[in-house]
Parts: sequence; structure tokens; C-alpha cells
Amino acid sequence: MSFPLLTVTAALPAVGAIATAAVPAARRTAAKWLALLVSLATLALAITVLVRFDPDGDRYQLTESHAWIADFGVRYELGVDGIAVALIALTALLIPFIILAGWHDADPLETGSSRWRPTQGFFALILAVEAMVIISFEATDVFLFYIFFEAMLIPLYFLIGGFGDRAHEHGEKTAATQRSYAAVKFLLYNLAGGLIMLAAVIGLYVVAGNFSLTEIAEARANGSLDMATSTERWLFLGFFFAFAVKAPLFPLHTWLPNAMGESTAPVAVLITAVVDKVGTFAMLRFCLQLFPEASKWATPVILVLAVISIIYGALLAVGQRDIKRLIAYASISHFGFIIMGIFAMTSQGQSGATLYMVNHGISTAVLMLIAGFLISRRGSRLIADFGGVQKVAPILAGTFLIGGLATLSLPGLAPFVSEFLVLVGTFTRYPVIGIIATLGIVLAALYTLVLYQRTMTGPVKAEVNGMPDLRVRELVVVAPLVALLIFLGVFPKPVTDIVNPAVEQTMSDVHKTDPQPEVEAAK
Amino acid sequence: MSATAVHSLWTTAATAADPIAKIDAPKIEYGQLSPVLIVIGAAIVGILVEAFVPRRSRYYAQMFVSAVALIAAFAAVVALAARGYGTTKAGITAMGAVAVDGPALFLQGTILLTSLVGLFTFAERRLDPEQHGNRVDSFAAQAAAVPGSESEQKAVKAGFTTTEVFPLLLFAVVGMLVFPAANDLLTLFVALEVFSLPLYLLCALARRKRLMSQEAAVKYFLLGAFASAFTLFGIALLYGYAGSMSYGTIAQVVDGTVQNVTPALANTMGNDALLLVGSALIVMGLLFKVGAVPFHMWTPDVYQGAPTPVTGFMAAATKVAAFGALLRILYVVLPGLRWDWRPVMWGVAIVTMLAGAIVAITQTDIKRLLAYSSIAHAGFILAGVIATTPEGISSVLFYLAAYSFVTIGAFAVVTLVRDAGGEATHLSKWAGLGRRSPLVAAVFAVFLLAFAGIPLTSGFSGKFAVFKAAAEGGAAPLVVIGVISSAIAAFFYIRVIVLMFFSEPRPEGPTVAVPSPLTMTAIAVGVAVTVVLGVAPQYFLDLAGQAGVFVR
Repeated sequence: MSFPLLTVTAALPAVGAIATAAVPAARRTAAKWLALLVSLATLALAITVLVRFDPDGDRYQLTESHAWIADFGVRYELGVDGIAVALIALTALLIPFIILAGWHDADPLETGSSRWRPTQGFFALILAVEAMVIISFEATDVFLFYIFFEAMLIPLYFLIGGFGDRAHEHGEKTAATQRSYAAVKFLLYNLAGGLIMLAAVIGLYVVAGNFSLTEIAEARANGSLDMATSTERWLFLGFFFAFAVKAPLFPLHTWLPNAMGESTAPVAVLITAVVDKVGTFAMLRFCLQLFPEASKWATPVILVLAVISIIYGALLAVGQRDIKRLIAYASISHFGFIIMGIFAMTSQGQSGATLYMVNHGISTAVLMLIAGFLISRRGSRLIADFGGVQKVAPILAGTFLIGGLATLSLPGLAPFVSEFLVLVGTFTRYPVIGIIATLGIVLAALYTLVLYQRTMTGPVKAEVNGMPDLRVRELVVVAPLVALLIFLGVFPKPVTDIVNPAVEQTMSDVHKTDPQPEVEAAK
Repeated sequence: MSATAVHSLWTTAATAADPIAKIDAPKIEYGQLSPVLIVIGAAIVGILVEAFVPRRSRYYAQMFVSAVALIAAFAAVVALAARGYGTTKAGITAMGAVAVDGPALFLQGTILLTSLVGLFTFAERRLDPEQHGNRVDSFAAQAAAVPGSESEQKAVKAGFTTTEVFPLLLFAVVGMLVFPAANDLLTLFVALEVFSLPLYLLCALARRKRLMSQEAAVKYFLLGAFASAFTLFGIALLYGYAGSMSYGTIAQVVDGTVQNVTPALANTMGNDALLLVGSALIVMGLLFKVGAVPFHMWTPDVYQGAPTPVTGFMAAATKVAAFGALLRILYVVLPGLRWDWRPVMWGVAIVTMLAGAIVAITQTDIKRLLAYSSIAHAGFILAGVIATTPEGISSVLFYLAAYSFVTIGAFAVVTLVRDAGGEATHLSKWAGLGRRSPLVAAVFAVFLLAFAGIPLTSGFSGKFAVFKAAAEGGAAPLVVIGVISSAIAAFFYIRVIVLMFFSEPRPEGPTVAVPSPLTMTAIAVGVAVTVVLGVAPQYFLDLAGQAGVFVR
């Protein structure tokens, strides 16, 4: 038997989470270092996965398969395609930065009860989320995926509800209420989505008799598993609903601004850059593969919702007074692009969407983490409380600007490539949708530049005066991510090479070929 | 020899020359009944202990007798199952009165294990502060003493404890063991009474809040008596319909394959009105014990008022026994009436799931909240009952095993959170528990997540099994409603977790008592079963799957 690389990649952070949680209360710093080392070791494993993955090889590689719950037709089956490899790498890459950025976020405010160990809990929960996200990317058994898709809500819920910004403009009591409201809203939305998916998962079992993604997809493809049209559509809707909540897609998006606004910046990054990707990833892997016909049937509605997400999210972002909520609405707009790319059913659109998931993860991480540093310095999240920061903290302002420009997809930075691909991919099949979506870019320029202008330029506000620039730890977080943004903006080939074959496969699952260019058709 | 044959004794006796010679000595398979017999024996020994052993050593003697009996009975169940009495050798014993088959043995094993864990919580004596130098448990010092009277004070001062609870527990267990195995209607009724009466008594025995406890007992007794009366009336009508008490014979009459018609009952036999009314009344009585809507009214009051160890035991074991009996009635006696009872049970399941989940949202007392949650769970289990497939039976068996350990563990945690007035069951007092005692709060959170059916807990495996069986049995709408009410139910479980972890602790909040190893074991077993059945349920699913066939 070969070395179970995928299992180990997912299990390492899980074991690390337990070990971190078990560090004695007094040894806080040791817990932080342990968590950081575990996350770096996981990154090393993820890179090994990346290296051992052969883009031109089988569809699912490094597969593992063991019996698990035979009664439910459930097997422990792992395997990665190019899309999963890219997202696992993104996850493993971001977690060390998230841990480093949140280094002091969970220090106890005062010496409370010695048995209450928030610091250990914070880092253990982050690692637990990492483990569950990685295994959801790896699972090729629908049930296995479902279990971790649902179970990851619990650590996230505690991360959102248990840890907030140090200072809050409305005082600690309001902050606690809002935090717990945000946590409950997050959980209820996602749990409702998950339970509806559960009904569909059960329905899938009744129809197919097992949960193996490869087996079902194959049986679907060669016609040995026939689903009634209405059954397929209901099952598709059950799955899609859960993924659309997680992604999030308009009108199921309202939990995200609360969750991102109330949690600390690193946790907000964890939610939007890592966890939400499971939703869009699952649309590609499960919705399109298992229910190709229903996916095509639902495409028009989903595209319209995606465009609404793009425009509506961007418009709301323009109107925000709170930095973190602004970034949250910007993310909703970006998720609209990703979902549009997936359901445009063209190879440019889908590889653009996959690339978008990676790039959005990095660019949001840069923007949000720097925003977090900024907020922790001032003790407020309101845009109006800042002004003239670039004069006192030029490096902070400069990197923030790069993050912002990446968010508005400036050519030369990574998100431009993916957004361009998504728009091109959509335009070739659905020109009207593509044109409307382009408006989102204009609005993105508006909200990012206005945000920068109001916080960083202008006269230096009294409270901002004397604000320290980025510290060494913060620079260590920001610099590599910014470098990566520029690198992938100029040279996206490493990612597209891995992603493209998987996208071709998905395209053939839904029996779609790219539309021929108009000129050739005219000949 | 079936009950029809017993009945024919009377009809043949008139013509026979020597009636006495005709009566055969009943043939009883003691080996197959050994689990029940062991517990009955121990219960009687317990009474003798109560009468003859000096007060000082009664507690230990009772503990020893009860624990040994439950373990021995469980060993007997395992031995029977190992010899194939659950599968190939399954049959009907004790002259047709008791069935020994897969479901019966599985449920008896579950009941015995939960009772053993329940016994540990009964025996806990470290939670309350010592009174006059005596360690006390959750039960009244002297049940006969009027609350607040002088004699009560005397009893408390003298340090009396009610060791009678142990034999009462054992008698209740006897009834519960027979209830799902009963194969004729009279045995069913006797078992029902044998486990109900001790429970009524146990409910009244709380040491603290005695009036509330007695009120709970009276309510439980009155409503329970009504339910028993309904059941008895239903039994009479069914006897009139089929001319027999035996499950198998009644089923034959329902199917129309009956061999010999009893002449005395020829007029009423096969009268469908009797059948429908009779079976409805019996099922009603069973739904009462299960706590299904609209027969659930007693549940919150009784769960709240009863001493918490009793609540835990009752919520876990009664449900197992009652669902076992319900399954046997529906699958063995009334399969021919499937098309009549399925729509009704659909309605009951839907109302139970939704009402339990919705009403629970407004509860402010943790015990009442768990009571409504148990109602919602009864609805989920009913969804599996309705499947009318072998998978349906085994999924219900699995769910019952999973649920009972979560329940007993959760109520054991409730006994730990205390303030000056005893257990602090009002939810507001649980605020910030996670900061004060992270471990206890985390354990309770595990139980709540299992109730909510979050993956990797036993609650999820159980729910999945039941919903899968229901969907395969053609009850897809029921699954959708089940899923929706799970989402509603998740809200209030989560609310308790929010309260424990995200709310500021109150300055005058409750303390968490450090229990003896007894309660710790109970909670640890609960957590272990919850996690094992969540992560690696296959072995237990196999067990339940093998046990999924009723003997007839």
C-alpha cells in the first residue's frame, strides 16, 4: 500500500489542533508556535501533493479507498484533481499567515480563571477548520464530503462567536451581543443549507445505492444510472442550495457581512478565503458531475443570481461605513464572478473561476489582514475614524493599496487574469450577462478607491497621529502574499497548467463544448 | 402452545371426562427468559435487603445487587444472541407469551446497559452537601413524610436515604425487558404496568422541590392510568375481534388466514370496527409512553419535576421499551392493516417532529427543553417506524441505542450544575458555564450537537439511518419535514451552546459539583458511545441489521 499522503495532509492539522488545545494554560506562546509549526508542516505536505500531482495523468490521483460504513454505502475515498490540488495548496498556504496575523488576537485580556484557555482554543480551532476544509477538498465520497462540510461549522461557529476585535466602537457589551448574533446567524444559515443537502444526499443514495463520486459519475455518463428529470432537478437543488449558502450567492448571502464584520480579521480571512471556497468548489465537483442535465437546466437562473450578486454586492460595498463589512460585500461580488464562471459552461469560464478562487483567496487575505492591523491600531472599524494614514504609516498604506488594486482586478495583479477569463468565458456564451457583469469591475474600482481615499489620504486625523507602521511580524505576513499576487498576475501558468485538464474533464461531464468563435461559424 | 390453545382449555373441558388430566404443565424455557428472571430475582432480593439489612449497609448492598443483576442479565442477553436466538433460533417461548428474537434481544441489551448507566446516576451521593454528617442522593429522605412537616425534618436529621429506589429501578427494568418482547396482549399489558408503576413512584421521590416532584408524579400517574385504560380497552376489543390474545393469531385473523374459528366469538370475529378501534386504542397507549404528539402533554412536566437521574433513565429506557413494543405491534400484529395505520402514523410523525422542535424554542428550563427535544426525537424515530421495511426496523433499533446514551449522559450533566436550591435548571443560570467549567460545558455541548444531529456524532448516524430507511420506504416528504424540523431544533440546541460559551457568567451563578466516579462513568460512557457511534457506527449498524427481523 502506498503512503496515504492525502490522509496525512488532512490529519496533521487535526492532530495539531488536539495537541494545541492540550497545551497548559500558562504556556500560551508555546501553543502559538506549535500551531504555526503544524500549519507550516501541513504546507510542506500540500506542496508535496502539488509536486506529486501529474496534471496530464488520471483524473483523480493519490487516491485512497477504504471501507467505512457499509450499511450506508459509505467508503473513505480520497482523491484529488487539479482543482482540488490548487485549493488545498491555497488553504495550506493561507493558514500560517492567518495564524501569524492573529498572533495576539486571542491573548486573554486580564488574568481570569486559570482553566479558561482562549489562546489555545483559538489556534486549535483554526487548525481544526484547516483539517476539515482539506478533507472536504479531497473527499470523492459524497457522504464523506458531507460530513466534513457540516462538521466544519462547529469550530467556525466558536471562532466567530468566541473571538472578536479587541476594541469595539460600541463597547464590549454590544460587541459580545453582535458577535453571538453573527455566530448564530452563520450557523443557522449554513446548518439549514446543510440539512437540505442531507435530504438530497439521502435521495441520491436511494437513487444510486452508493456514494462514490467516481462510480456515480461514471454510471451517469454511460447511462447505466438513469434519473428521472424531476428527481435529478430536486437533488441538484438540494445540493446547490447548501453550496450557494456557503459560497455565498444572493439571496443567501446575508450571513457573511455579519460573520466577517464581527470576527477578527484572520478569522474573516479564514471564512471568506478558505471555507467559502468549499462551496464554489463543490458546485464544480458535485453539482456539475452528478447532475449535468439539471445543472444545464438551472444555468439561466443561477447566472442571473450570480450577476445580481456581482452588482448588488458591489453597490452595497460602496455604501458601507465599516471597513470589514465593505470587504465582505466586495467578496460577495467576487463570489458572483466565480459562480458565473462555473455556470457559464465554457472552459475559459471554469478555469477562470478556479483561478479566481485562488486569487481571491490571496487578494482578500492581503486586504483583510492589513485592514485588521489598521483596525487594531485605531480601535475602530469605521471608515470615518481614519484619515491620512499614508503619512504616518506609509508601508501599511502602500500594501493596503496593492491589496485594494488586486481586488479591483488591476492588470498585472493576479485577480485580473481570472476575472478576464471569467468574463471572456461568459461573454462567448451569454453576451448580455457578460456585459452586465463588467459593470461590477467599475463598481469595484469605486469602492476600493473610495475606501483608500477616505482612510489613507487627506489630513492626518488626531487619533491616527503617531500610528506605528507595520511591525516585523505583520510584514512577514503581508510581503509574501503581495509578492505572490504580483507573481501570479504576471505568470499565472503554474496554476492554469494544473487546473485546465480538470476543467476539461468537468466540461465533458456536462457534455458542453466551447462555442465556436462567430467568425469561423460565418464561413 | 398459543393463547388460542389456552382458551380452548375452557371449551374442551366441558366435554372431557377428566379435565384435570388434560391440563399440561406449562413448558417454560427458563434459559431464554434468563435476562428477565435474573432482574426479577434481584429486585426481590432488593426488597429483602430493604427489610433485613441494617440501614448503614443497605446502600452498598443494594448497589451491589442491582449492578450485579444488570450486568448478569446483560451477559445472558449476549449469550442468547451469541447462540443465535436473535437470528436462526429466534422463537416464541413461555407458551406464546414472550418472543425471543433479534429486536427483543437488541432492545433488552440496550435497556440493560442504559439502566446500568442510570443506576450509577441513581447512586450518586457527592452532589448535595452532606446533611448532618450523612451523604445523600437525589431522593427524598423519607418518601412517606409530608413535605415541610416535622417528620420530614426528623428524617433528614437522622440522615435517612431512600434505598428503595434500587428495587424500584429493577422492577421498572423487568417491565421494560418484557414490554418489547411481549408476544400476547396480556403480557404486553402486564409489562406496561410493571414498568409504569415503579416509574410513577420514582418520579415523586425528589429530595429537593418535593412538591413539584409529587405534582409530576400525580400527573404522570393520572395520564398514564388513562393511557393504560385505553390500551386495556383496545386489548379487549382486539380479543373480541380475533378471539385470541396472541400476536400471531390476531395477525392471521387480520390477514384472513386464520385456521380455526372460535365458535363462541363467531359473531364478532372479523368485525373490522373492533379491529380498527381496538388497534387504534392500543397504539394510542403506546404513543403515550413514547411521548408522541398529541399524547405528549405529560412529558415536559414529568421530566421537569422528576428527580433528574429518574428523568434520564425514564427518557432513555422507557422510550426504547415503548418503541420496541410499538414496532412489534405494528409489524407483527398489524402488518395486514398497514394501509390503514400508515397514513395516521404519517400524521403523528409530522406533528410530533414539528411540534417538538417548535415548542422547544420557547423553553427556559433545561429539563423542559430536553423534554421537548425528546418529543421531536420521537417523531424522527416514528419516521423510521413508518418505513415498514427490515431497514426501517434496524434503523429504529440503532437510533434508540444511540439516543438513549446521549439522553442519559445529558441528564447526568444536568445533575452537576447546582446552586443553593439544588440543581440550577433555569437556562439563564447556565450563562457563561463554558468559562467557569470548560470541560463540563464541552461535554454538554457534545451531547447537544448529537441531539442536533451534527455529523461525527451518534445523533447524525441515527438520523441518517432513519431518514434513509424512510426515504427508501417511500416516505420522502417525511424526510424533508424531518430535515426541516432538525433545522428548527438545531436552533435551540445552539442557543444553549451560545449561552454556555458566549455569555458572561453571572456573579451569583451556579457551581459545578465535582461528582463521584459513578456519575463520571455515566457521563464518560455517554460521550464515548456518542463519539464511537458517530465515527465508526458500522459494527453497531451490523448488529442492528442482524436484529431486524421479528419472529411471528
